[in-house]
Amino acid sequence: MTTTDMNAAGLKRDERLERLKLFGLSSPAILLVLVILVIPVGWLFYVSFIGADGSFSLENYERMIKRKSYGRIFLTTFEVSLLTTGLCILIGYPLAYFMSQLPNRIANLCLITVLLPFWTSLLVRTYAWLVLLQKNGLVNKWAISLGLWDEPIKIVHNLNGTLIGMVHIMLPFLVLPTYGAMKAIDRDYLKAAANMGASPARAFWTVFFPLSTPGLFAGALMVFVLCLGFFVTPAVLGGGKVIMVSMKIVSNIELFVNWGAASALGVVLLILTVAVLWLASRFLKLEQMTGGGH
Amino acid sequence: MIITKQDALPISVRDVTKTYGDVFALDDVSLEVESGEFLTLLGPSGSGKTTLLMVLAGFTRPDRGSLKFGNDEVIRKPPHLRDVGMVFQNYALFPHMTVAGNVGYPLRLRRVPKAEAAERVERALETVQLSGYGERRIDQLSGGQKQRVALARAIVFEPRILLMDEPLSALDKKLRDRMQIELRHLHEKLGMTTVYVTHDQREALTMSDRIAVVNFGRIMQLATPQQLYDQPENKFVADFIGDSTFLDVERDGEKLVAGTTVLKTTRPVPEGNNLSLMMRPERVRLLENAASEDVNEFTATVSEVVYQGESFLLYAALENGTEMAVRGAIRSGSFTSLPKPGETVRLGLDSADTVILSDREQQL
Repeated sequence: MTTTDMNAAGLKRDERLERLKLFGLSSPAILLVLVILVIPVGWLFYVSFIGADGSFSLENYERMIKRKSYGRIFLTTFEVSLLTTGLCILIGYPLAYFMSQLPNRIANLCLITVLLPFWTSLLVRTYAWLVLLQKNGLVNKWAISLGLWDEPIKIVHNLNGTLIGMVHIMLPFLVLPTYGAMKAIDRDYLKAAANMGASPARAFWTVFFPLSTPGLFAGALMVFVLCLGFFVTPAVLGGGKVIMVSMKIVSNIELFVNWGAASALGVVLLILTVAVLWLASRFLKLEQMTGGGH
Repeated sequence: MIITKQDALPISVRDVTKTYGDVFALDDVSLEVESGEFLTLLGPSGSGKTTLLMVLAGFTRPDRGSLKFGNDEVIRKPPHLRDVGMVFQNYALFPHMTVAGNVGYPLRLRRVPKAEAAERVERALETVQLSGYGERRIDQLSGGQKQRVALARAIVFEPRILLMDEPLSALDKKLRDRMQIELRHLHEKLGMTTVYVTHDQREALTMSDRIAVVNFGRIMQLATPQQLYDQPENKFVADFIGDSTFLDVERDGEKLVAGTTVLKTTRPVPEGNNLSLMMRPERVRLLENAASEDVNEFTATVSEVVYQGESFLLYAALENGTEMAVRGAIRSGSFTSLPKPGETVRLGLDSADTVILSDREQQL
């Protein structure tokens, strides 16, 4: 054996062994994903192509096209998701901006208060809104005693209530990535802009805002996708007037025990969600190519 | 570029003070920068040099004082109305814009027509030797190229004052040396009044018309590079600029004594009793023959000889224990014939190089 071959085989074996160990470590996670995600989704996919008589059929999908109510449900789902995302941006972006300008210690405190809602269950928060917004709830009582309006108005069991609840639940998902992107913006960029003659507003729109958009897009996308499959809040606060895809899936199973119809809805929702993600990723990549991202 | 020397503006800083709590970042600083001058603020970190630059740019609000560009009082003007160019230490190039987008940014703010702006951007890039780089993304540039883009961006709107905050500190040494010369040439060409901040004394000596040595939020000395090196006003400046060793000097009537040597000097001697003799290692010589009349002679024991490539550095201790350093060029064979540690040597310092300083400033 020449000196250059020295230990070559042994070193190679060590490398292979290391890779094997790494795979061994990640195998429980792989197994888990396989069992609780891939197999059930595959089964759903399979069930959606089974008709009422137990044979292969496209009737579950045909029904969706034929009946107008299904189209409305998908439309409502996208409308509610878009509105929620839009409101989250309007409220969340200024909040994230405000936090990013604070000294670190105070900003961290604010961050905790943004995250605080995560410590209570979704259901509790949703019912809390119901208590606040109902006809004789706190909001109506105070508004009347303050003279804002004379009679109790309907704020819940409709689109308004649904949006209030959903925006509240979704806001942290938008604020966190936006705040992160803003924190990463070097303050010298704004100084440089000012030095070259940009007023504070100009500097914000030409430098700060474009640099914060990757975080804002990521947050908005997350909110939108989460909204598409949201169930609890629209079910409780919508009062049956705001019917989203997830609610139709539940009623298909619980009321009609029609697993095929429910699965088909799930599959279509999944495909639409993937389509949105794909479109968004293409858009974001385009953004990067024109110099939008880092 | 259209800028001529007459267009440059003088800067007048008067009694500017900035405190952070009890700490004086700037302590009653006054400074006149002549029109078209290249002035360097040189000092260790935390000395106040960057604070002073930030006051000039308008990013730091001083407690009091006056700042004039030409005849205009600007101390309360917000930064975006000051019309000064600035090169930031980390360049602060906008990552979401191309090179041309960055350089054209100040022109877009000034609503320069597109065709003219494009031409001026190209000319600015040409000036910093980056023609044709306009469409590159910032993250495709090397450190030196980023530095040039930052410079192009700072000069493209033809400001009459240019500020630079350690613009070369992120570059490697070879590139830094070249950029120093280039910046100097560029300044000669454009002629704008330039204030340059650095902690690198060699950089300051290479580039500046005048240097203001800053420490403790004050200007310790303002002079040309040569004056600063040859005749520092105090021990801090002597210590900070170049290498030097110091010997305590005692007054014995009319005579000045350092160790056992009675000093001869052709230079002015300060008042007072706390005096030091400053010795630059390269001005001290190893004596072989008897010293001539105008040379101060010291006897010392060699403690260490260090090889440094182009030169050697020899440390020798005087009888009282104070160490002196001697630097000399190495020619073929000369290093091996140097005295060895433990040997006794005679060291000479010309009376013309004998600089005596007062210790007063050191006690601040």
